[in-house]
Amino acid sequence: MNSESNPIAALLWTFGLMSLFAVGGANSAIPEMHRAAVGVHHWLTDKQFADVFAISQLSPGPNVLIVTLIGYSVAGVAGALAATVAMCGPTALLAYYVSRFLDRSRDARWPAIIQAALVPLSIGLMAASGLIVAQTSDQSWIAVLITIVAAALAFATRINPLWMLLAGGLLGFAGVV
Amino acid sequence: MPPESPPVATPAPDASAPSPALQPGLLELFLAFAKMSLAGFGGVLVWARRAIVEQHRWMTAEEFNETFALCHFLPGPNIVNLSVVFGSRFRGIAGGLAAFAGLVGPPMVIATILAALYARYGDVDVLRRTLAGVACAAVGLLFAVVLKMMMPLLKRRDVTGLVILAAVFVAIGLIRWPLQIVLLVAIPLSLAITILTRRMVKA
Repeated sequence: MNSESNPIAALLWTFGLMSLFAVGGANSAIPEMHRAAVGVHHWLTDKQFADVFAISQLSPGPNVLIVTLIGYSVAGVAGALAATVAMCGPTALLAYYVSRFLDRSRDARWPAIIQAALVPLSIGLMAASGLIVAQTSDQSWIAVLITIVAAALAFATRINPLWMLLAGGLLGFAGVV
Repeated sequence: MPPESPPVATPAPDASAPSPALQPGLLELFLAFAKMSLAGFGGVLVWARRAIVEQHRWMTAEEFNETFALCHFLPGPNIVNLSVVFGSRFRGIAGGLAAFAGLVGPPMVIATILAALYARYGDVDVLRRTLAGVACAAVGLLFAVVLKMMMPLLKRRDVTGLVILAAVFVAIGLIRWPLQIVLLVAIPLSLAITILTRRMVKA
């Protein structure tokens, strides 16, 4: 908790707690990561957070690995490990027990009800994540345009998203953004 | 997929065996999840379904949907939860750990290397500009996923669902209230509304 004295403990505590509230996956937890990493603990600047988000999208694997990157910038490899374990461990354990429990109560109706109730929450959270990252990454009209075009293409076509990330990178490299 | 890609986990599943009886071993679980994870740029779900249902036939499409739905309504990273639930269903706790390690381990090494490169070269202007461009596109992809997930609600004209969605968006995205507090209010509220509307539809 006292992040100044022990960054590893702060990482474990922050992400362990956060994971238990991250309904709808890692992307919906991004506003909270931003609040914790930039606002509360001052681990990263706004710009660094947007960069870390970009790197996590660029690298393969589950999107949750953004916490690996945050952890690394706080406390190196140990920080990366601590953040990842804290973010994945508790909920994985929970999922294990709930799944075993559900296997035994297969015909109950309440799992469907809970799921239906959580769906709008998780979408709302993901929309908020998009807004928060967009506010730091989209600083020009061209940048906003890139975001809109990427969203439209990913929504309406079956083009591999990697091409859009690549195109964005090339435009940035060329100094257009 | 490149043609030479499945060197390990698909030793030509013998056609005689019925699909649900294919029981992956620990190493097989680890390698299968590592592979789908490393293929999964911008999300592993597509690849996980492809590998589990279509390639290895470890689950039917229905079983996969049920398992994923469970992992979606539990907190935490969906696909990480899925790996643990999936692995432990076949091989107990060891299986869950093997699938989890496969999913998270290799990409974590890559992400750490990228983070180290960023820490060293993050100030280089070209890299910053490039990443800024990537970030713009990445946000766009996120918005596309949000839109896709909203479509069922829009088609059903689920007004209460859309109002809850908008309320959460405003509370977290615009006002920036802490997640825990918003969810502690929103989850019971949404549950109550869902149960009430189902009763009303029935009545």
